[in-house]
Amino acid sequence: MMGGASTTGGARPAVVDAGMGVLLGVKVRLARRRAGQASSIGRAVILGFVGLAFWALLYGVIHRLLDYFRSTPGIGDLLAAKLLGLLLLVFLSILLLSNVITALSSFYLARDLELLMAAPVDTVKLYGARLIETLAHSSWMVVLLLVPVLIAYGWVYDGGWEYVAVALAATAALLVLPAVLGSMITLILVNVFPARRARDLLALLGLFVVTAAVVLLRLLKPERLTSPEGFRNLAEFVASLNTPQSVWLPSEWAARAIMSTLDAPGVSGDLFPLFLLATTAGAMLAGGAWMHARLYVPGFSRAQEGAELREGGSRRWRILDRALRKLPDHVRVIMAKDVRTFFRDTTQWSQLLLLAVLVAVYTYNVKVLPLRTGEEVGFFLVNVVSFLNLGLTGFVLAAIAARFIFPAVSLEGRTLWMLRSSPLRLRTLVWCKYWVGVVPLLVVALALTVATNVILQVGPFMMALSLATVVVLTLAMAAMALAYGAVFPRFDTENAAQIPTGFGGLLFMMTAIGFLAVVIMLEAWPVYAVLRARALDMPLDGGAIGRVVAGIAGAFGLAGLGTVVPLRVAMRRVEAL
Amino acid sequence: MIRLEGVTKRYGAFTAVHPTDLHVKRGELFGFLGPNGAGKTTTIRMVAGVLQPTSGRVLVGGHDMAREPLAAKRLLGYIPDRPFLYEKLTGAEFLRFVTGLWNQNGAESEKRADELLELFELDRWKHTVIESYSHGMRQKLLIAAALVHRPEVIVVDEPMVGLDPKGARLIKDLLRAFVDRGGTVFLSTHTLEVAEALCDRIAILHEGRIRAVGTMEELRREAAAGTAGLEEIFLKLTEAEGVAELIEALRPGPGLA
Repeated sequence: MMGGASTTGGARPAVVDAGMGVLLGVKVRLARRRAGQASSIGRAVILGFVGLAFWALLYGVIHRLLDYFRSTPGIGDLLAAKLLGLLLLVFLSILLLSNVITALSSFYLARDLELLMAAPVDTVKLYGARLIETLAHSSWMVVLLLVPVLIAYGWVYDGGWEYVAVALAATAALLVLPAVLGSMITLILVNVFPARRARDLLALLGLFVVTAAVVLLRLLKPERLTSPEGFRNLAEFVASLNTPQSVWLPSEWAARAIMSTLDAPGVSGDLFPLFLLATTAGAMLAGGAWMHARLYVPGFSRAQEGAELREGGSRRWRILDRALRKLPDHVRVIMAKDVRTFFRDTTQWSQLLLLAVLVAVYTYNVKVLPLRTGEEVGFFLVNVVSFLNLGLTGFVLAAIAARFIFPAVSLEGRTLWMLRSSPLRLRTLVWCKYWVGVVPLLVVALALTVATNVILQVGPFMMALSLATVVVLTLAMAAMALAYGAVFPRFDTENAAQIPTGFGGLLFMMTAIGFLAVVIMLEAWPVYAVLRARALDMPLDGGAIGRVVAGIAGAFGLAGLGTVVPLRVAMRRVEAL
Repeated sequence: MIRLEGVTKRYGAFTAVHPTDLHVKRGELFGFLGPNGAGKTTTIRMVAGVLQPTSGRVLVGGHDMAREPLAAKRLLGYIPDRPFLYEKLTGAEFLRFVTGLWNQNGAESEKRADELLELFELDRWKHTVIESYSHGMRQKLLIAAALVHRPEVIVVDEPMVGLDPKGARLIKDLLRAFVDRGGTVFLSTHTLEVAEALCDRIAILHEGRIRAVGTMEELRREAAAGTAGLEEIFLKLTEAEGVAELIEALRPGPGLA
């Protein structure tokens, strides 16, 4: 019999715990196995192709911009340096936000932690392994964006090996810092606030994240760069360009170090900022390990307590039940279940934080746009911006739909047996999912459009057109998200945040953005014609009216098709699951 | 071998485990018996070092779980009730990972893993990814994982869940053999049959408090003597209580009557 205890009371070797290699090795193996599946290879080829095209595009844009800067002696180099600083600051803030949220899941909520916590694994090694995992998960997209940017800088400004080495070192330090800081913030919050509920913790994280975003925006002051006329003279403008956004920002250290290795005579610099960056990252890493050695185990234990608390029948659920009471029973229970699940599943609703920040930053940027410099230009520009605003709102809608509507069918996967064995038509399920997604999406879309239009003080035509467009866009994007989610379901994950990051999610985003572009193009001419007539105070002739109507009708017709066809696909697909 | 000294666990205002003192001796198969929600899993997780007690301390092999967690955990094999397995690893790879966690990789560990896989009749599936395993196969793999690093103590939460009669018999024999060789087992269960068939001593837990500790015979005598609450708990455990209501609930609907 195998089950006997090997030694009972006999001498054992000194306690030697598992190395980080074991903890990380299993993750690498799992990732390789997932990537090696036959279906994944085809997808990887497509993703690789799309990624390369995207890289080429980004590289082209940055390269062109830098070429233009380089041809402007003196101020051009400064602008290039400033742009790099701004980009790195934006990346740094995205990384910090993303690391805080990822750290919560990888350090405290991951399902394999129970196994690891019961094993003799040293806390500092667990910290190291989870930190690398957190860093990889939250940084890969930023790295993908950063690579073509850095290549363009190196190419245009004749960067040599020194540039490559410094850029690599600065990037590495810049990735480590927010990962360490993000995991430290999560650790402190988990310990200081007795995680009575994970949502309380996340609300705090949200508060922190929004505060950080506002602080960073104030440091950034992007609007100042767009209106040089606000400076008293060129010298002041140049001086402003040459001043770092803040001497405390690691992104600024990285930008200064990187620029110092390039052939940009207008920029003064040395490698001291790199030293500062590397030593700060090293010190933070040591500090993080020290903190985790002391606080991780009690923090983990508290996070488990949060997960085991019971959910009472609170007032807000009674309000929900009352709001849904007129619906047929089977529709009501599905909708109520979906809404409850959403708010109780931290992996789902914590993503709202990301979106809240996205919307706040976006609205703020609209607010600070320097549009009110002249009356005539102002009117036209305001309306054009409002029209382009539609595109950005559409993009935000697509992102929200990908996060919240795309996973709807995947999340139902494990309980589909129950619905299938009940006397419920599965198309009813699709409709429920659709409306549960559409209503909040519409609220966000309309609020965003009205808010930005009011800030911009647009005319009634643009207000009406943008509101109508945003409604049809919302209906269509929700339908597409649902359909793509049904065609490419992911039943193998319980983490809703991971569902839209797959192949289907990417295809949905590409389709949604393409669809948005076509709708905007169809409406572009009508908008231009109407605004031009208004600006010149001339009436539209018969032919022009016809084209305006045709353009708008075309856009709305396309949106109609974009709603009906995906919904049908979703229904057929769900019935076939 | 396992000692709980004044261990409590509170979740906010709710006390899941009231102050508990307990001593499980080396070479003993000790059962934690109680109805659902009695606090068995919380206690088991504290013994396994996954949860920290709100107060009190847990000692395994003389090592304080809070002060010397590595030394204490090194002696433990833990089988949770809601197990996690890496779905994309094969059974053999999973066992290799677990031995790695205990820093025991090497030829001897490989041999041990192979023997366990054979014992649990998983050798045919050892190179198959876990996602295609049945529930019973997963449970067996989990038990193999708890044994593969040669623990001195096995802490197991509801060991028989999802096993066929042959598998259940195997586990019983295995845990018994483990104890006969000097190992210690601390298991939780909500069924009297499992406790009766396996355990040397049993603690009855109800609403976070230990109501009685002893051999099955001692407990039965106490229950028959009308010891406060114990009889009722026994009834709950044997599911005698509520049978009439259950039969009522199973009556067919009006359409079939």
